[in-house]
Amino acid sequence: MNPSGNSCGSFPAASPFAPVAGPIVRSVTDPFHGDLLEVSMGPQHPSTHGVFRMVATLDGEQIVKLKPVFGYLHRNHEKIAENTSYLASMPYTDRLDYLCSLSTNWAYAFAAEKLLGQPVPDRAQYLRIILAEMTRLVNHSCLVGFLFNDLGTSFTPLLYAFREREKIIDLFESLTGSRMMCNYQRFGGCRVDPTPEWLEAARKLVENFPRFLDEYERMLTGNEIMLARTQGIGRVNAAQAINAGLTGPVLRASGVDYDLRKVDAYGFYGRMDFRVPLGDHGDTYDRYMIRILEMRESVKILAQAFRDLPAGPIMDPKAKQRGHRPKAGEAYGRIEGPKGEIGFHLISDGSPNPYRYRVRPPSLINLTLLEDMCLGHTLADSVVILGSIDIVLGEVDR
Amino acid sequence: METVEQLRDRLLARFPSAAVAAVTNPGAAAEHSLLLGAAQAREIAEFLRDDPVLRLDYCSNVTGIDWPEKEITDTVKSTVPDPAGGPSKVVETKTVRVEPGYLEAVYFLYSMALKHGPVIVRLRTANRTDAVTLPSLTPVWRSCDFQEREIFDLFGIVFSGHPDLRRLLLWDEFVDHPMRKDYVEPDDYEWEPTAHDEVLVRAKAHQAAVAAAAAAAPVPVVNPTSSAS
Repeated sequence: MNPSGNSCGSFPAASPFAPVAGPIVRSVTDPFHGDLLEVSMGPQHPSTHGVFRMVATLDGEQIVKLKPVFGYLHRNHEKIAENTSYLASMPYTDRLDYLCSLSTNWAYAFAAEKLLGQPVPDRAQYLRIILAEMTRLVNHSCLVGFLFNDLGTSFTPLLYAFREREKIIDLFESLTGSRMMCNYQRFGGCRVDPTPEWLEAARKLVENFPRFLDEYERMLTGNEIMLARTQGIGRVNAAQAINAGLTGPVLRASGVDYDLRKVDAYGFYGRMDFRVPLGDHGDTYDRYMIRILEMRESVKILAQAFRDLPAGPIMDPKAKQRGHRPKAGEAYGRIEGPKGEIGFHLISDGSPNPYRYRVRPPSLINLTLLEDMCLGHTLADSVVILGSIDIVLGEVDR
Repeated sequence: METVEQLRDRLLARFPSAAVAAVTNPGAAAEHSLLLGAAQAREIAEFLRDDPVLRLDYCSNVTGIDWPEKEITDTVKSTVPDPAGGPSKVVETKTVRVEPGYLEAVYFLYSMALKHGPVIVRLRTANRTDAVTLPSLTPVWRSCDFQEREIFDLFGIVFSGHPDLRRLLLWDEFVDHPMRKDYVEPDDYEWEPTAHDEVLVRAKAHQAAVAAAAAAAPVPVVNPTSSAS
């Protein structure tokens, strides 16, 4: 569907910094729908998961048009990276998706290693899988908590999720020195080697994780309000989802079997035995359920990774530690982040700084279909739909 | 999957009048790409999406790149015989030519149906100033929607046929394109006319009037003793 195909009245230039003209709720007259109400939600709204804004036009309570407005957190990350060395951008990638810094680190290291032609030792590959899957557990459990917040449960499920998240994040802190801004990957390996005690603690935590999931699901999955508010809401069919470039759980909820861990089998995912959960209806409920099922698969992957983790160096001994000067050329590296395909396109002209550094942000591109998902639903549903897409504004606005 | 050269030949056979060229990537990744002429890019994109062998139904990433004008100095060495009969001299002639700059949009295409890719497609504008229009591929892959808006915003490529081409990240009143290599930051992003500035303008006009009056009036006599007492 054409995004501008709606025929309701014209919007004023939806500019984040334009002087506010009138109230945030105003009436719009449209020859087809009659009297409409335009509601500007955000950027300072707790349900928009950050400084995201959407301008919704309502017919009664139904959404007839919805335009997202971006840019409130824009700092031109890509330009900053062009003005610094390859390695110096690594801490900045933490700030893209600040809930999943370890996966974003990996994506950047993956692209840079492709550009440099740099191999990675086995132990580092396993450590990357361990940390990326633990990040997935953090992201998905938090997302489910936030989704219930958007449904109006007022924090209880979120705090259950945060209890588990804190345990994992404590482990991240003891390994990398930081809870959220981990800055862990390097080109050709990882920064620090976990101790056997750390690995044992992590293994135990992951072993107990399904118990938390069972508890969580017992409370949430069959909940009557949850079913009423999510089933059949915000549906996306497979063809639409593919064409709009949706990736990650949002895509697989529509029944498209496309998981980069299987398709590209990057790192050592080819050695892991796991399944890719798929949805049937592409509605909000499926998007919730996919996250729960993916966490169970992540636990399976983690158990295998802890079992098979070899001894050895965590850094390729021939790898340069700093002052990387890849020869002229370009590389696009992408991995399956918790939110979808996170990719980095790097272009080198042989100098110490990237000539061009581009982030493929899954959160931004997954929002392409937000309007289509919300049309015909109420404004309250749009909040839940947005919650089920799973965005982080650090990555949307860059 | 086909190599870039095979794909180029197949596209040229299918679209004889189109401009298609293979671009080699000298880096370690060796992901080569196809350079398409802007005139038939939309038709070729639709062909790439619908061709049963390729079925590139998923456009993952769109990157904008700025390539400014480059000054290239060519040095030609020539041997000039000495008219006096001595040994001939080697003379270097340097010619400076300017390679025109352009803006580029790079599309990474994959197939979700057949699980292959990437096919990398590049489009280039004629220059960086007045001919910066490229055909939009949003009607072919909707995932280009926000990404092309972002490139329009940060690089200034105008995508013709885009359904909603507005700035994505910066505010509409912003004038320049900050991802261009020759972009210069303004001194103050958040300058806006305030009452204070109006007062300054008025004060400046007032002081100019005072100075003009002082210049027209006779020089006042200053009593040298008054300041000492």
